[in-house]
Amino acid sequence: MSLAAEATTTIAFTLNGSPKRLTVPLGLSALDAIRDVLGLTGTKYGCGEGECGACTIVIDGVSVNSCLAFAVDLDGRKVTTVEGVAADPALAKLRDALVEAGGVQCGFCTPGIVVQAKYLIDNGLAGSRAAIKRGLEGNLCRCTGYKKIIDAVAKAAGVNA
Amino acid sequence: MAAPTPMPVRSVPETSLIGQRIPKMDAPDKVAGRTCYIHDLNLPGQLHAKILRSAHLHARIKRIDTTKAKALPGVQVVLTAADVDQRPIGVKKDHMPLKGDKVRSYRDEIAAVAADTVEIAEEALRLIEVEYEDLPPLTDPAKALEPGAPIVHEAKPDNVAMVFDYANGDVRQGEKESDVIVEDTFYLHYVTHCCMGVSGIIADYQPNGNLLLYSNTQVPFLHKREFAEIFGLEPGRIRIVQPPIGGGFGSKLDIYPFEPIVVFLARAAGRPVKMVFTREEEFVASPTRQPVILTLRSGAKKDGTLTFRECRTLHDNGAYTSWGATTPFVMMQTISSLYRVPHCSYHTKAVYTNNPYAGSFRGYGNLQATFAVEAHMDKIADRLGIDPLALRLKNAQDPGEVTPQGMHFKSCGFKDCLKAAGERSAYSDKRAAYRIAQRAPGRYKRGIGMASMLHVGGGAKIYPSDGCGTILKIDDFAHVTVMTGASEIGQGSETVIAQLVAEELGVPLASITIVNNDTDITPWDVGVHASRTTFIAGNAAIGAARAAKVKILAAAAKVSNIAAVDLGLRSGFVVRASDGQVVMDLARLLRSIHFQDKADLVMTTFYYEPPSKHQDKEFKGDVSAAYAWATQVVEIEVDLWTGILRLLKVTAAHDVGRVLNRLGIEGQIEGGIVMGQGYALSEDLMVREGRIVNPNFRDYKLITAPEIPEMDITFIESMDGEGPQGAKGVGEAPAICMAAAIANAIENATGVRITALPFTPENVYRALCAGQAKEAAE
Repeated sequence: MSLAAEATTTIAFTLNGSPKRLTVPLGLSALDAIRDVLGLTGTKYGCGEGECGACTIVIDGVSVNSCLAFAVDLDGRKVTTVEGVAADPALAKLRDALVEAGGVQCGFCTPGIVVQAKYLIDNGLAGSRAAIKRGLEGNLCRCTGYKKIIDAVAKAAGVNA
Repeated sequence: MAAPTPMPVRSVPETSLIGQRIPKMDAPDKVAGRTCYIHDLNLPGQLHAKILRSAHLHARIKRIDTTKAKALPGVQVVLTAADVDQRPIGVKKDHMPLKGDKVRSYRDEIAAVAADTVEIAEEALRLIEVEYEDLPPLTDPAKALEPGAPIVHEAKPDNVAMVFDYANGDVRQGEKESDVIVEDTFYLHYVTHCCMGVSGIIADYQPNGNLLLYSNTQVPFLHKREFAEIFGLEPGRIRIVQPPIGGGFGSKLDIYPFEPIVVFLARAAGRPVKMVFTREEEFVASPTRQPVILTLRSGAKKDGTLTFRECRTLHDNGAYTSWGATTPFVMMQTISSLYRVPHCSYHTKAVYTNNPYAGSFRGYGNLQATFAVEAHMDKIADRLGIDPLALRLKNAQDPGEVTPQGMHFKSCGFKDCLKAAGERSAYSDKRAAYRIAQRAPGRYKRGIGMASMLHVGGGAKIYPSDGCGTILKIDDFAHVTVMTGASEIGQGSETVIAQLVAEELGVPLASITIVNNDTDITPWDVGVHASRTTFIAGNAAIGAARAAKVKILAAAAKVSNIAAVDLGLRSGFVVRASDGQVVMDLARLLRSIHFQDKADLVMTTFYYEPPSKHQDKEFKGDVSAAYAWATQVVEIEVDLWTGILRLLKVTAAHDVGRVLNRLGIEGQIEGGIVMGQGYALSEDLMVREGRIVNPNFRDYKLITAPEIPEMDITFIESMDGEGPQGAKGVGEAPAICMAAAIANAIENATGVRITALPFTPENVYRALCAGQAKEAAE
């Protein structure tokens, strides 16, 4: 096993509004830290190389594929996962829109889409359907054909068809 | 006990859930990240498994040494073929889970490790020493039948895995009657399912020796039997629990080696063992769609009447036989019966090679067969100077028809699909205009293309039974629990089943719980395949709900002194059927019959077996209780300078029998269209000398959000007499036409007929150049 995987360090960050402090191997991904160490399994492994977006989280206001970030990269940051979006009453509109528009089938890509949509809306990047499509380009979905996901984000963002 | 207190007189209007937009019942959990997939499930004391796959394509295994791996701290079990008493798996039982004598492909499993962590298991794999003696490789299916070809399975020296022969009429006679005959060879490539949730399993032997499997299978009841055979257990001692499944699309219809291997590891370790694939493993060790080389000859009279169709296909079976080899069952239906063809023959050989093997995949051979048939419909139309839509209408099936292959189209909205898609897309006018524009200068050319499909829509009688059972109970607060055999893989079966039950019992959807994922609880079902679940499981659920309704109304009649036939159930009340006047509260009625002297619980069961037949030895028979139809028209833009093709619009018309959940069915069709778009345009599982060289989403291109077309969907409601509330299956249908329609659109835009998939920019550009060169030479 590599040195990086064996050596550990202690990190402190804010996860969905709560302070966290944990000791992690240097080689651990942010995704594995969130899922396996902290037990928040809403964030999904889909490909492990930043191509599918199922593991999307927001770090200090920027959406990131957590499989490509190290756990140590979270040190001192504010992190939001799907569980954080789920607990935020202000985002009920987004969650309801995804449910009501039919943007969910098998649901495996859904947490990443929820987090990415929050990021797009928070940052004014969901101002048109074209912008929403661009913003969701990094989130693969095999079930829905995307249309209903785009519909849902547009509705949550107040974009007219 | 006293009768329920009379309530103030009021009435409840009659409403219906059928055709409404019902959000998926499990969606709120999914958007909250609360849904616990197999990847998220961990058992106490659980070990983690990894599998060593072959480093050689085709070789004898001379020696395997696991000594160093076993010595690694944290490793609990290392197994090779020598350590297990195993039986072959798969459709033709030609596949040992662990390979001991020889390897036949790069995905072949040689050894397996169970360790305390995934990392330790991975490290242990690197410590296993394998010595190979290479054998000559066989990666070209066309060479598999040549004399002296390498032999993949010694027991099959001719390399032939399966043969299918079907015929009706006399093709030679058909040729004589033809004024035009066209012939082409089509090349259909490898693609794979790419479920967003990778494969996984957890095996947990119970202290009493029973086996509990947490599995993503689409066919839990069939797998109980197959697992039992592998492990020498009574099938009744195997329980399969399916956590929510992150996509299926047919990929989970067969048992794959990793599943029994993980069970062997759990048995040896005496602890639960979990295995979850990496994405690369998912690409390498999952099945593919069946690659096909298909030669089709078709004929027609001057007036457009089809005369004959002759089809010969070669299926690359890969190293082992899974469901891909059996796709001819579906392919021949399209060849023989999508249009009326009096003379037809169909011949397939599936041959062993050292390539990856194909499984079942949404559409099940129909994408491939439709690609060829619909190319020929356009070609014949052009040769005869007939509008392709008119040619299709002339030869399309009508309701009531029984085809020479024995399929009986009791409901059939095919011509309505053709007309709706044709009119809504302005197909005929645009096709003529784009054809003229081929000659005009310009870099970008537009094209429009049409294709139609026929697919089973009322189950498919492949196994001894094609049925599904339902157990329904209603508690003393009028909460309904529906235990159904039907598995949910994201398609929305749980919501449709709840909707059908709610419609019968007049209770809100929130009062219904669906239990659908535990073989110890749910009644038998043959599995999620063949677009059968809404039809079969829906009918089973309706049957159980109607039985419950009879019980409830009989009890209500007793209490109210109104005849049961004059009563109904609406919005949680027993009402007078004529005017909806409330007679009593349903929950109170249920409590009263529960807590009386002869207490009764409202529980019912129903088993639905569709009225379909097995095919006979000549592949003839009415295998489905209903058939689904669709026409899709695509409009594209081709960049002549780059070969880049943009899909602008899809106009789809689907005969779905009846729309049950409008939201769900739109989702199925939109998702299927985009999956078909990927098959046609971007997805290409590149197999080079037996090795998958692009096992990742960087190089295997799924369609992304910005690439989706505008979609115009029309539902043709043919109200199938046997379907639940008139509905037919729809799951596979929307993916089937896309590649065929796009090929026709490319021809319309450029004048070049491309007979090989996929239509990547490189392939399109090369074909356009070849087309220009051919034209210049002529």
